[in-house]
Amino acid sequence: MAVLKTILYLIVYPGLLFLFVYSTFCEWFDRKVYARLQNRMGPTHTGRWGLLQPVADFFKLMSKEDIVPDKADKTLFTLLPIVGLAIVVTAGLLLPLWSVSDAGAGMVSFQGDIIVLLYLLSLPTLIFFLAGWSSTNPFSEIGGTRVLTMLFGYEVPLFMAVLSPAILADSWRMAEIAQFYRDKPLLILPNLLGFVIALICVQAKLERTPFDIPHAETEIVGGTFTEYSGKKLAFFRLMTDIELVVASGLVAAVFLGGFPGGIGLGLLNFILKTLFVIFFLTLIRAMTSRIRVDQVVSFSWKYLAPLAVLQLLIVILIKGLIL
Amino acid sequence: MKFNIPIGPQHPALKEPISLRMTVEGEVIRDVDIRLGYNHRGLEKLAEERSFIQCIYLTERICGICSHSHATCFVQGVEKLMEIEPPKRGAYIRYLVAELERIHSHLLWLGVAGHEAGFDSFFMYTWRDREVVMDLLEMISGNRVHYAMNTIGGVRRDLDEAMVKKILDGIQVLRTRSEFYFKIGANEPTFVGRLAGVGYLSKQQAIDLCAVGPTARASGITADVRKDDPHAVYDEVPFDVCTADSCDVLGRTVVRIKELMESYKICEFLLKNLPAGQIAVKAPKRAKPNEVVSRYEAPRGENIHYIKSNGTEKPERLKVRAPTLANYPAAVEMLKNGFIADIPLIFAAIDPCICCAERTVELVNARTGEDRVLRFSQLRALAAKRSKNLPVQRNAVWPF
Repeated sequence: MAVLKTILYLIVYPGLLFLFVYSTFCEWFDRKVYARLQNRMGPTHTGRWGLLQPVADFFKLMSKEDIVPDKADKTLFTLLPIVGLAIVVTAGLLLPLWSVSDAGAGMVSFQGDIIVLLYLLSLPTLIFFLAGWSSTNPFSEIGGTRVLTMLFGYEVPLFMAVLSPAILADSWRMAEIAQFYRDKPLLILPNLLGFVIALICVQAKLERTPFDIPHAETEIVGGTFTEYSGKKLAFFRLMTDIELVVASGLVAAVFLGGFPGGIGLGLLNFILKTLFVIFFLTLIRAMTSRIRVDQVVSFSWKYLAPLAVLQLLIVILIKGLIL
Repeated sequence: MKFNIPIGPQHPALKEPISLRMTVEGEVIRDVDIRLGYNHRGLEKLAEERSFIQCIYLTERICGICSHSHATCFVQGVEKLMEIEPPKRGAYIRYLVAELERIHSHLLWLGVAGHEAGFDSFFMYTWRDREVVMDLLEMISGNRVHYAMNTIGGVRRDLDEAMVKKILDGIQVLRTRSEFYFKIGANEPTFVGRLAGVGYLSKQQAIDLCAVGPTARASGITADVRKDDPHAVYDEVPFDVCTADSCDVLGRTVVRIKELMESYKICEFLLKNLPAGQIAVKAPKRAKPNEVVSRYEAPRGENIHYIKSNGTEKPERLKVRAPTLANYPAAVEMLKNGFIADIPLIFAAIDPCICCAERTVELVNARTGEDRVLRFSQLRALAAKRSKNLPVQRNAVWPF
């Protein structure tokens, strides 16, 4: 029974299959909201309300010709999308969903899983950099260096913002952090500043407008992905979609009280809360224009990092004086 | 480490082919080399084979955005050669269409600027509203792109009361929307952060490099053919020349939005004071041997046509100087020492209309760099020889 449950966990829910279906749905949601904000229709044709459009895009890309540049490092070039996808799916398993609603620590929920999740979410950035660098195309190389430059900007504020609720809850385990805020819902309020910082940093991590600098199409064509095509590009796109789900899941688990209620209600909670986060991410995307890479770094260190420190200070004060 | 990146001839930021070869050091541009001639169509030679009437429709096709500008510039010149004047009503309708075209061109540019800066929502909204003026133009002329309104000695279609009312209503809608865009363009922090201080061109540089149109006006030069050399109706119409002192892309955006407001004013004046009478006079077929230079303020800047007649029904020579060509030297200067991220914005800020400016073509061997002169038949033979038995090529190496 335990083996079956593990297999179910890995393959079906919340493993590969669920992440595939839900991430394509999230992409559809993102595109639809973005389109409606811009007075457009968005996907309408494939499936009801265009729901299957991201799936169709994925399979279409899978069937396209796959070209590897002559001068590229072929092994690295081919391995990167697969490894990247594996990393984000593994990160998805760590989200405190169904099996960890009971209190016991286990394979996927343990003290420090929030750190592991943050680490796994940092790896895709490295994958993108290597992808750009191994393509040996001037546009990809510029994109690759931009990926790394941005990392130095948003990573520290993101860590500080996400870890401050953990400090308040006195736990490094996401399920416990979520449980803490469900018990004391009022304590969500002091973390609002951290929530906003985390949203902005997640936006930067996912390379969406205003931070879509590494693949700014009007400047450096496809950026990191210029040389990628066919299956490899499809994998990268799926990877970005799953990263969107995992990152919004992390924000929802830490700031919005997690996903209680077992398999059924827990799933509903998960969907509602992640869509809530994704809605904000889409809103940012629709309302801003792309900024320059030097502006990202200076913005992060001038505003985001000090605000994140302020958030830490608030949390420490509350913890020392009130709790 | 210095290296070259090729922007174009095929690049998402460029809607038409041109090659900008950037020498970059990290993210900073050190040198720029512009190469033209990817879209040469031999228009000037074609014009020598056609009668004056046919030439109107040919010059209209120089540009797909400011089509009316080129046709009007040509017609103005031919009317001077033939020594006729369009009737008042005809002139009013002609320059009404010209101003509506300026509105559509500037709205289009605003959208493009938004897109180049990664602000796609701005792009979608401005282009949605551009449909209002496109519909008005379609109602007046029956066409959306090449209006074909001009004829020698006037215009081809008249306006009636219902049309006038519809245009006035449409302009009212556009005016409120443009005010909203002005607010966004000047206030949205990420957008302003991208535009302010980018692509600096001082007043002296703009004069030295002969910049024209909104590019020059954003550097504080009050150069506008409509004011400097008032032709046809422009000495009767009250309007201001819009300038900015910031000398950057933000200034060029502001100038264009202000010009939109002025164009609404001009349109309203022309419609409210539309005189009665004929819309065209009968024009002779031939023009006496003479030559003329015709100037016209196109949305992108000063447009110059030189026409020489030899007493037949065809022009002996037509020379077109599109405004984009005048702005290339300034664009090179603006790009230097900028960031890679600003290339599309700076280049788009001159509102390049690349194939309007293509007058010559030079055949350069990409590998050795030598140039030569070939006849068209030789070129075709060469192409046939090269593509015969050639396998499909992949991973073509860019010859630096």
